[in-house]
Amino acid sequence: MNIKQSFLLAIKSIVGNKLRSILTMLGIIIGVASVIILVGLIQGYSNNLTSSFSSLGTNRISVSITNLSSTRSVNEEDVEKFFEENTDLYSAYTPTVTLSGTLKYEDNTLTSSCTGVNELYRDIDQSVEVSLGRFLRYTDITTRQKVCVIGAYQVEELFDGTNPIGEYIKIAGTKFKVIGVIAETDEAQENSADDCVYIPYSTAIRLSGSKDVSSYSFSAADTSNMDAAVSALETMLYDKLGSENSYRVFNTSSLLDMLDSLMSTLTLVLVGIASISLLVGGIGIMNIMIVSVTERTREIGIRMSVGAKGRDILSQFLIEAATVSATGGIIGIFAGIGIAIPVGNLVGVPAAVSIQAITISFVVSVGIGIIFGFFPARSASKLNPIDALRYE
Amino acid sequence: MTDKIMIELTDAYKIYSSAENEVRAIDGINLKVREGEYISIVGPSGSGKSTCMNIIGCLDVLTSGTYILNGKDVSDMSRDELATIRNRTLGFIFQQYNLISKLNVYENVELPLLYSGMKKEQRDERIKSVLEKVGLTDRAKHYPAQLSGGQQQRVSIARALAGNPPLILADEPTGALDSKTGREIMAAIKILNREGTTIVVITHDMSIAQEAPRIVRFYDGKIISDETSKEVSAQ
Repeated sequence: MNIKQSFLLAIKSIVGNKLRSILTMLGIIIGVASVIILVGLIQGYSNNLTSSFSSLGTNRISVSITNLSSTRSVNEEDVEKFFEENTDLYSAYTPTVTLSGTLKYEDNTLTSSCTGVNELYRDIDQSVEVSLGRFLRYTDITTRQKVCVIGAYQVEELFDGTNPIGEYIKIAGTKFKVIGVIAETDEAQENSADDCVYIPYSTAIRLSGSKDVSSYSFSAADTSNMDAAVSALETMLYDKLGSENSYRVFNTSSLLDMLDSLMSTLTLVLVGIASISLLVGGIGIMNIMIVSVTERTREIGIRMSVGAKGRDILSQFLIEAATVSATGGIIGIFAGIGIAIPVGNLVGVPAAVSIQAITISFVVSVGIGIIFGFFPARSASKLNPIDALRYE
Repeated sequence: MTDKIMIELTDAYKIYSSAENEVRAIDGINLKVREGEYISIVGPSGSGKSTCMNIIGCLDVLTSGTYILNGKDVSDMSRDELATIRNRTLGFIFQQYNLISKLNVYENVELPLLYSGMKKEQRDERIKSVLEKVGLTDRAKHYPAQLSGGQQQRVSIARALAGNPPLILADEPTGALDSKTGREIMAAIKILNREGTTIVVITHDMSIAQEAPRIVRFYDGKIISDETSKEVSAQ
C-alpha cells in the first residue's frame, strides 16, 4: 500500500465527513491561527520598535548620573576633558539638559520639551538636519546665547508655517531668537522627531536653575568598539563618583538586545498559551481517530484478509490523521494571516508573518496529527483479522 | 487435479478457554486437500466449520497441531507472514461480500494487488482481466451500494481472483443471494476449479455442498464423514 493511495483515501474520508472533519480540525485551526497572529503582531511591533531605536543611531551611548553629592561629582568640564582625551573612542559628545516649558510667539502658545545640547549634537543624532538657518555653534554655548533651533511641529504651531528665522519666541518666560529649523521628517506630528527645540546647554542649565548636568550622550567612533567605549566611560565615572549606583551607561545596541530578548520571551509565553489550543486540537484528532478506527473495524478486517500487514493499516491511519491535522494547519495559517494583517493595520502595527512561523506551524500541526493519531492507528494495526472481520 | 497437497491439517485443535470452561471449536481433525480439488465443508452452526475455514484462510491460528498450506508450514508464522500468505496464496469469497463501501469496484478489486506492491500498469491490466471474467467491466466505476447482491458477490470473486491465488475459500457464498443468482455464482466457482484453482466452499446448504465432488461433514468440532461422490471417483 503506497503513501499516495493512503493520502487519497484520507482526502476522501475528510471530504466525505465534512462537518466532522471541520470540527476535528477546529482546535488545530484555532491553535495555528493564534500562533500566526500573535507571532505576526509581536514581530511587527518589535520591528517598529527596533527601527525607531535604530534611527537614534546604534553607536549612541547615553550616560545618566543619578546621584550627585557635594563631595563627589562630575561636571561638564570633566566630561569634556575625558572626551578630548579619548577621541579615538568617541566621535562626538554632548551634555543634555531637558526642560519643559511653554513656548510663546505672539498669541500662539505651545507646551514643548526643550533640550539643551552642544554644537556636536548633530553628529550624535544624525537624523537631525537643518533646513533653514543654522544649528547651534560653539560660541553660542560658551557665551550662553539665548538662541534656539526648532522643529517643523513648532514652526507649524507657532508660526503657522511661515519662516521663523530671526523671530523671537519665549521659552518659559525668557526670550530666545530662532536661528534654525530642523528638516521635517515625520509630517510635523506632535511627539514625533519634528517636535523639538534645541538650545545651548549652558543656557539651559541657567534656565533650569540646576547646577550640574546629569545626562550626556556620546557617539562611539566605531560600533565594533562599542564595549571599549562603554567601559571607558564607566571607569571614568566610577573614578569620579566612587559608586556604581551613582550613574548608568547604556547604548542603543544593548537596548536593542534587551528589547530583542524581551520580545522573544513574550513571544514564547504567548505562543505557549496558544499551543494549549494545539494540544486540545490534538486530543480532538485522537478522539476522532479512535471513533474512526472503531467504525471501520470491518474495513480493517477486510484489508487484512486480502493481505494488509499491520504496518499498512498503521500507515493508513497515521497518514489520515496527519492529513486531517495538516489540512487544519493550512486553514489555520490562512485564517491567521487573514486576521493578523487587518488587525495589525487597525492597531497601527504592520503584522510581520514570517515564512519561518508558517513552516513551523505547518510542521507542528502535521506532527500533532502523527503523535495523536499514533495510538488509535496502532490499536487498529493490532486488531486480530478474524475479530475485525466479524465486527458488526 | 495433481498429487500435490494444497492443504494438510494434522491433529489440529482450536480451543477457546475461559475461567470456567473450554470450548473445543476444532477437536483434533486431520484433513488433506490436493491441488486442484473442489471440496465442500458442511455442518450445522457451531460444528467448527467456520473456525476451520478461518484456520485454512490463515485468519486465525491453531491452538495445537500443524497446518501445511501449499508446502509451507504456517502453524508458527508471524502476523506479517500470515498476511503475505493471505495476499499471495488465498482468495476469499464471503457471505456478506465484504466489499469496502467507500471504494468503487475497481478500487475494491485493486486492494490485494496494492498490498502485494504490484506496479500500476500491471494492476490495471490484471483488474481489467478479472472484471471481464466476472462480466463487470462496465461497472468498474460503480460503488458497491449501486450494485445488486449477485453483482457484489461477483466483485468479491474478482477481488479473490485478482492476485491469481492457487486456493479460493468461499464462506456461504450464496447465503445472501436468491437461488437463481446463487446458482450463477456456484457455476462461476465451478469454472474456476476447472481452470485449476483449488476450491473450498463452506456451507450449511446441502444443495450447494453437492456441487462439489467431495464433501466433508463437521459435527461438534470433528470430521464425521469425508465422501467423494461416485462419478468423480470413477474418473
